[in-house]
Amino acid sequence: MERTLTNYIRALRTAGAGVSTTEAIDAVRALELVGYQDRGLLKMSLAAVLAKSQEEEVLHDRLFDLYFSHAETKPPRQTQQQSDNQDDSDSASDGSDSDSEGEESNGQPSNGQKQPGSGQGGGSGQDKSGEAGEDAPLDLLELAQSGDATRMAMAMAQAGARADVDQIRFATQVPYFVRRMLEELGAEKLDKQLMAALDERTAEGTARAEALIEARSTLMRNARAYVEARFEVFGRSASEAFMNEVMMDRSLGALTKSDMERMKPIIAKMAKKLAAKHARRRKVRNRGQLDLRRTLRANAGNDGVPFDVIWKTKRKDKPKIVTVCDVSGSVARYVRFLLLVLYALREKVTDLETFCFSSHLVDVNHDLESLPFDAAMDKILREVGNGSTDYGRAFTDLSRQYDSTIDKRTTVLILGDGRNNNGDPAMGIFQDIAAKAKRVIWLCPEHPASWGSGDSALLQYKPFCSSLTHCSTVADLEHALDDVLLAYG
Amino acid sequence: MTHTGLEFAGFESADTVSARLASVGYISTASISTAVYLAHHLRKPILIEGPAGVGKTDLARSLSQSMEFPLLRMQCYEGLDESKALYEWKYGKQLLYTQILKEKIHHLIGDADGLDESFKKLAGFQDLFFSREFLEPRPLLKAMEQAGGSVLLIDEIDKSDEEFEALLLEVLSDYQVTVPEIGTIEAIVPPLVILTSNNTRELGDALKRRCLHLHIDFPNADLEARIVRSRVPDISERLLAQLVAFIQLVRDENIRKLPSISETIDWAKTLLLLHADSLDPVMVRNTLNVILKRQTDIAEVNSQVDQLVRKVLSEQAEPA
Repeated sequence: MERTLTNYIRALRTAGAGVSTTEAIDAVRALELVGYQDRGLLKMSLAAVLAKSQEEEVLHDRLFDLYFSHAETKPPRQTQQQSDNQDDSDSASDGSDSDSEGEESNGQPSNGQKQPGSGQGGGSGQDKSGEAGEDAPLDLLELAQSGDATRMAMAMAQAGARADVDQIRFATQVPYFVRRMLEELGAEKLDKQLMAALDERTAEGTARAEALIEARSTLMRNARAYVEARFEVFGRSASEAFMNEVMMDRSLGALTKSDMERMKPIIAKMAKKLAAKHARRRKVRNRGQLDLRRTLRANAGNDGVPFDVIWKTKRKDKPKIVTVCDVSGSVARYVRFLLLVLYALREKVTDLETFCFSSHLVDVNHDLESLPFDAAMDKILREVGNGSTDYGRAFTDLSRQYDSTIDKRTTVLILGDGRNNNGDPAMGIFQDIAAKAKRVIWLCPEHPASWGSGDSALLQYKPFCSSLTHCSTVADLEHALDDVLLAYG
Repeated sequence: MTHTGLEFAGFESADTVSARLASVGYISTASISTAVYLAHHLRKPILIEGPAGVGKTDLARSLSQSMEFPLLRMQCYEGLDESKALYEWKYGKQLLYTQILKEKIHHLIGDADGLDESFKKLAGFQDLFFSREFLEPRPLLKAMEQAGGSVLLIDEIDKSDEEFEALLLEVLSDYQVTVPEIGTIEAIVPPLVILTSNNTRELGDALKRRCLHLHIDFPNADLEARIVRSRVPDISERLLAQLVAFIQLVRDENIRKLPSISETIDWAKTLLLLHADSLDPVMVRNTLNVILKRQTDIAEVNSQVDQLVRKVLSEQAEPA
């Protein structure tokens, strides 16, 4: 019984839910309590025990249906004796009485129903009873012709367990595992029979061959369906996780429209991770310095005797970020991602001002806050994005019009390639901004090799930036923002 | 609290939970009942997450009522510490005790000569200073001390500091509190613990691992109608169906603070007071501030009231 559950937990883990051992134990206890009878109840119970966030609950919902729907087609165990005793010359009926022992070891039929793991149990039982004939194969022909879905499912589950189908990771592995399953089922023997039947060159032989071919394709179809179902449970999420990993390191500039949609949950997850990492309280105890006023106040009830001693604390700054983004053609895509992350971090970074520019600087806070993100971005790109890039003008605007937004707590985050169309970089003003702000961090989507080439003024700005980093993938973005938040303890 | 008339003997099934809760006017869903049922039998706390006003706190209150256990409530806030949550020493009483001790000390060690002998004599007396008598139990410790069982509600745990979560772990997993000067105080009967969170920050894994997780979302129309009916029994079916349908539509609008069940109930009461028997745009406009709490949200919905009301009314007309 636990086998089914541990396999399910494994499936959940592959799908990215962090199920700890404690939770696994709880799941077993919950299962003992509610049993397999009421599927809806079981689902909700496992959700309460195993899924610890809304995302995990969605995951559980999906996987549970996949995993246990397959299980439900499984019959009460039925058929240990079939696989054990029946060899190809035997018919199914006379194997039944010789096997009381095996039946008992297979145990509790009432609990055994509806579980896919029972197949595995059967498999191992078979190994033990090796003296009955080494791994006696099924009568595949009889099985395929009988049209008995229950027995077929049983055989598939056993062969699947032996072929380790649960290890499947990618859709491309399906044919391989189907082949392994057929091998485990003993299809080789079927092939030999087929060859023999064909060699007979009689009408009877041909008829037998046709039946065998038919049986073989039935088996193949069933094996394929089984492997595909297992892939849904164990493989899909694993390969998705792999794809996401790949995405993290893809250049943002090279992403297609469909990639963008895929990126959104990744970014949301990353923002959550960042927020959690920096969620530590920003209070640092200044040990040794007594806060006399608060100590007296707290101990007034004790006749002024200082039982409770209160020390002075220092509060660390809350993150305050001013983002200045170049939204001209080449950089626009990166801006979308930076802002997506920043706004996903809204919980953590409450003090966030965003300005975009190509030829002049525009305050885009209102758009970003009032419109859905994609609509806001489209509007910004439409309204701000079509001018020739002028970094000098942007910094001048920033320091003239929005002077008050920058103080010594502020991190100025600049995203741009520094390509200034040979205009005036306004170095003096940039220097002033840098002096006033806590830090200036410049993220450049271009590869370092091309910094300063052509009309890029990047290297002129570089000495005044606290850091200038190459930023072209989501992983880069994560590092950069981690760095920004780190400065605020 | 005598409505059931039956001694609480444990929940035999998830359905029993639903029935018990229904008897005190809490309409539960299958997942809520299942979580409570499991929590009761596995002896695990329930961590409830979900938007404000969907009945998280109310679940704890209703449970305590239906089980006829006392409810111990601890509201979390930033800066909450062990002296407010676990226990505190009664300083005043301790002070008084020292005073008395000072006066009586001559009687106690009067005939002893020398410092050594006095100490020996004093050591013979119990250390009364740090004993249960001077311990002021706060909600967590109090819950451990309830002989008849209790429901412990730790409300809005996300508002507290992370350090506080660590403090809770001992209580949540072992149902005990350790007071360094005294020792470990174990719960007489493990309380049913309910934690609520509005998700303003991510809770630690250690805490989550120790709890069952339950997410309560806004109810669907059918459930919401049942809840409102149980709370505002005088409302006409027609108005009830309309106002629930309206609220459900409003929740799809682009607004910041979505109306919760408590707001639906308030609105139902308001409309009842105004003797409404059907929604009309003017009345909806005038009472919009009952369901929406932000000026921008009100403005947003206000512009669409006509349209929304028409939609509700036409939908109601169809099946009839």
